[in-house]
Amino acid sequence: MKHRYLPMTEQDRQEMMETVGIQSIDELFADIPQAVRYQGTMPMSEPLDEYALLRHMKGLADQNANFDTHASFLGAGLYDHHIPVVINHVISRSEFYTAYTPYQPEISQGELQAIFEFQSYICELTGMKVANASMYDGATAFAEAAVLAAGATKRKKLMVSRTVHPEARQVLRTSAEAWGLEVVEIDYTDGVTDLTKLGAAIDGDTAAVLVQSPNFFGAIEDLRAIEPLIHGVKGLMVVSANPIALGVLETPGRLGADIVVGDAQPLGIPASLGGPTCGFFAVAEPLMRRMPGRIVGQTVDRNGKRGFVLTLQAREQHIRREKATSNICSNQALLALCASVYLSVMGKEGMREVGELNIRKSHYASGKLAEISGAECTFSAPFFNEFVLKLPEGTSVKTVNSKLAQEGYLGGYDLGRDYPELAGHILVAVTEKRSKEEIDQFASALEGCL
Amino acid sequence: MKPEQSLIFELSRPGRSAYSLPQCDVPQNESIEALIPQGLLRSEPVVLPEVSEVDVIRHYTSLSRRNFGVDNGFYPLGSCTMKYNPKINEDVARFPGLAKIHPYQPEESMQGALELMYTLQNDLAALTGMDAVSLQPAAGAHGEWTGLMMIRAYHESRGETRTKVIVPDSSHGTNPASAAAAGLDTVTIPSNDKGMVDLEALRAAVGSDTAALMLTNPSTLGLFETQIVEIAAIVHEAGGLLYYDGANSNAIMGITRPGDMGFDVVHLNLHKTMSTPHGGGGPGAGPVGVKAKLIPFLPQPTVARNEDGSFSLDFGGPQSIGRVKAYYGNFGILVRAYAYIRTYGPDGLREVSENAVLNANYMMHRLAPYFEIPYPGVCKHEFVMSGRNLKQYGVRTLDVAKRLLDFGYHPPTVYFPLTVEECMMIEPTETESKETLDGFIETMIQIVKEAQETPEIVINAPHTTEISRLDETQAARKPVLNCSCG
Repeated sequence: MKHRYLPMTEQDRQEMMETVGIQSIDELFADIPQAVRYQGTMPMSEPLDEYALLRHMKGLADQNANFDTHASFLGAGLYDHHIPVVINHVISRSEFYTAYTPYQPEISQGELQAIFEFQSYICELTGMKVANASMYDGATAFAEAAVLAAGATKRKKLMVSRTVHPEARQVLRTSAEAWGLEVVEIDYTDGVTDLTKLGAAIDGDTAAVLVQSPNFFGAIEDLRAIEPLIHGVKGLMVVSANPIALGVLETPGRLGADIVVGDAQPLGIPASLGGPTCGFFAVAEPLMRRMPGRIVGQTVDRNGKRGFVLTLQAREQHIRREKATSNICSNQALLALCASVYLSVMGKEGMREVGELNIRKSHYASGKLAEISGAECTFSAPFFNEFVLKLPEGTSVKTVNSKLAQEGYLGGYDLGRDYPELAGHILVAVTEKRSKEEIDQFASALEGCL
Repeated sequence: MKPEQSLIFELSRPGRSAYSLPQCDVPQNESIEALIPQGLLRSEPVVLPEVSEVDVIRHYTSLSRRNFGVDNGFYPLGSCTMKYNPKINEDVARFPGLAKIHPYQPEESMQGALELMYTLQNDLAALTGMDAVSLQPAAGAHGEWTGLMMIRAYHESRGETRTKVIVPDSSHGTNPASAAAAGLDTVTIPSNDKGMVDLEALRAAVGSDTAALMLTNPSTLGLFETQIVEIAAIVHEAGGLLYYDGANSNAIMGITRPGDMGFDVVHLNLHKTMSTPHGGGGPGAGPVGVKAKLIPFLPQPTVARNEDGSFSLDFGGPQSIGRVKAYYGNFGILVRAYAYIRTYGPDGLREVSENAVLNANYMMHRLAPYFEIPYPGVCKHEFVMSGRNLKQYGVRTLDVAKRLLDFGYHPPTVYFPLTVEECMMIEPTETESKETLDGFIETMIQIVKEAQETPEIVINAPHTTEISRLDETQAARKPVLNCSCG
């Protein structure tokens, strides 16, 4: 049977071989030394016809609990928000998803404008002047921000709050190893960065303070208080933010951040086991030419018509090679488009409303869950849509979550995995999707599993 | 003339909306300010467009029509492998059980996802001749960086300080950039007149400070490096490792494997070889395969199969380079690549490479009378040619590229590799028919004729696109990087 993706017929093959002047396909590979030729059939999965493949994939999919089958109270960096229906229709336009990077601007104006609008949206949400076209995810954007800060200040010491997502800190550690940077972790108090300890740790060698707000525990950091501590020594303030919270929370830009990064997953991007999501990266103007990644700029064509191009490419690897600001090439353009469509759909009012829904529902849930005998909310700091709950002494979170999964819930994140002092604590996320009824039932189910 | 394309912000009218949110069914006894201190809330409301749903759809549909993808036509962009993106891959990646899953849900509740990743790890290991694979890197350059970090850790574990990464002058720009990001220095060596690695230059470059040689094979010139066995020996004897840039793997599937050529680390671009769509610039996925001696350094986590047949995440040992990305990789892309592999199987993938290489050779032979082919002979999945014979008419390669737009083609990669003057790098892929190739070839011949007879048509191209050539100098000199609508 002729393969459906391969249009070459036997006759085509013969004609083409004749043009090339060969008798057999093997002659095309005659330059490959015999010693390294592969003989036989590679031990890989066998092919399936289209129907069999659909059934096979459904079989794999059906083994996974998902946001349709389970009410999720799991967040920890990836959230079960409502995804407006139109988003999938837009990103399914194959003019978008089957295109390469827009290196030919005359036939890529759609993608270039979409990126320009994405950059505009990120600037508006973060309160920053310049944003790039996207990064792999929030964690890699965070690490790149640290590298940028070290380069810009010519300093090697980074103060990172322990309230930053543990995986972002792990990626940062990998990067710091490569660049020879020193990472100092600053402890927390009552769920937010300990400002006394931070103030004591910062010195003239400090390149940057890196915090997350709302932080990994869901708590909102006091950026106003952090800003003078780091700017006082001419270091930079790097803030990782949850973009859906920025519809209601003060922008990091207005609070003095020099670099704002984060993951755009809450903005209409499926969780997809953690990827692909979309990192965003925004900076204050003086850092513009140090930014990693692609940037789209507005210009005009020969007739004076507005158009868009990739610009400031003198920073990038295809021009600068080893002197580039980053090695990033492929980014997450299609997911940036998801985020843009999300923000277009939500608009000014929608972003405020979804933010308030998250605040109200999570606060209701925190009150409800704290009523469970032996449980209590650990921290008193203000939070957005996620909070820490201490379960009764001796509770195994892993066991509880397994039981909850059987009852149709994705339970809270097991904080003991990253914070030994928080063993027996869970991080509970409550988005606008959770109804009062679901929250009440989850509280009962959780209590029943203890 | 059509009116200028609006920005979404310019469509905004106060009072319009496109959203629908769940009800607030919890008690609202308190104001938001009672829950979140005023000082933490926005001092000014966020400025976003106010549009209706139909505005959103019309806007993005309009943008999509100003964009060119593989589904619109031939896209022979060298080293990018713009093959057809199968639709079933898009459908299965959207199954709720694969799209709406959380990386931290209990392992027993994600066994299907873990099985898929485990099988993909093994299939990619078999395809590349490697002993283990990490699916974590998000793109090719990310895979390069991950691989180099492992190489660095490997040398350090043996008490050796090796800081030099050797790359040929035809290498992708990401290679030296990734080396720099891994804290390593790049040494560039020239190619010989056949486009191959200059062995003498390589021998002179290797030494006790050599961490690795990074090689794309076939190279960006579309040539298979025939001296690969000697090259591997030279690098290994010096104590260095070999890194395989898998960008051009579409030429060799089932025919030869990096592991058998002597490579120690390899990355694959699933968005090239394994047909996952480029998305207008991403997302991709850049899994990394390694030989056994490098397994302890793989990033965390990988997927393991337990004795009882279940699957779990393996967070590795103390020598791991750590984490290179949050969670487990671009899973949605892995799903598509897996579906692609299951569509072809091992023999089908070999046929993919055979057809891709025949298509490229056919095009090269047919275009040879009209353009200079710097490296005649057999090419692999792509070839380079020079447009310098058109300079006498005042026509540059960039003009040829722009003129192709008028005929509905995406141009080839141009001005890369840097070693070929007025370079065009053409990669047809296996999913294009002979008629498509012939149509493109005839168009190229016509453009050559135009260059000779009416060069201004070529020089002023494109003539049929929505906009003409853009002022890139102004864009860089006075950057306007957002609409400042807020």
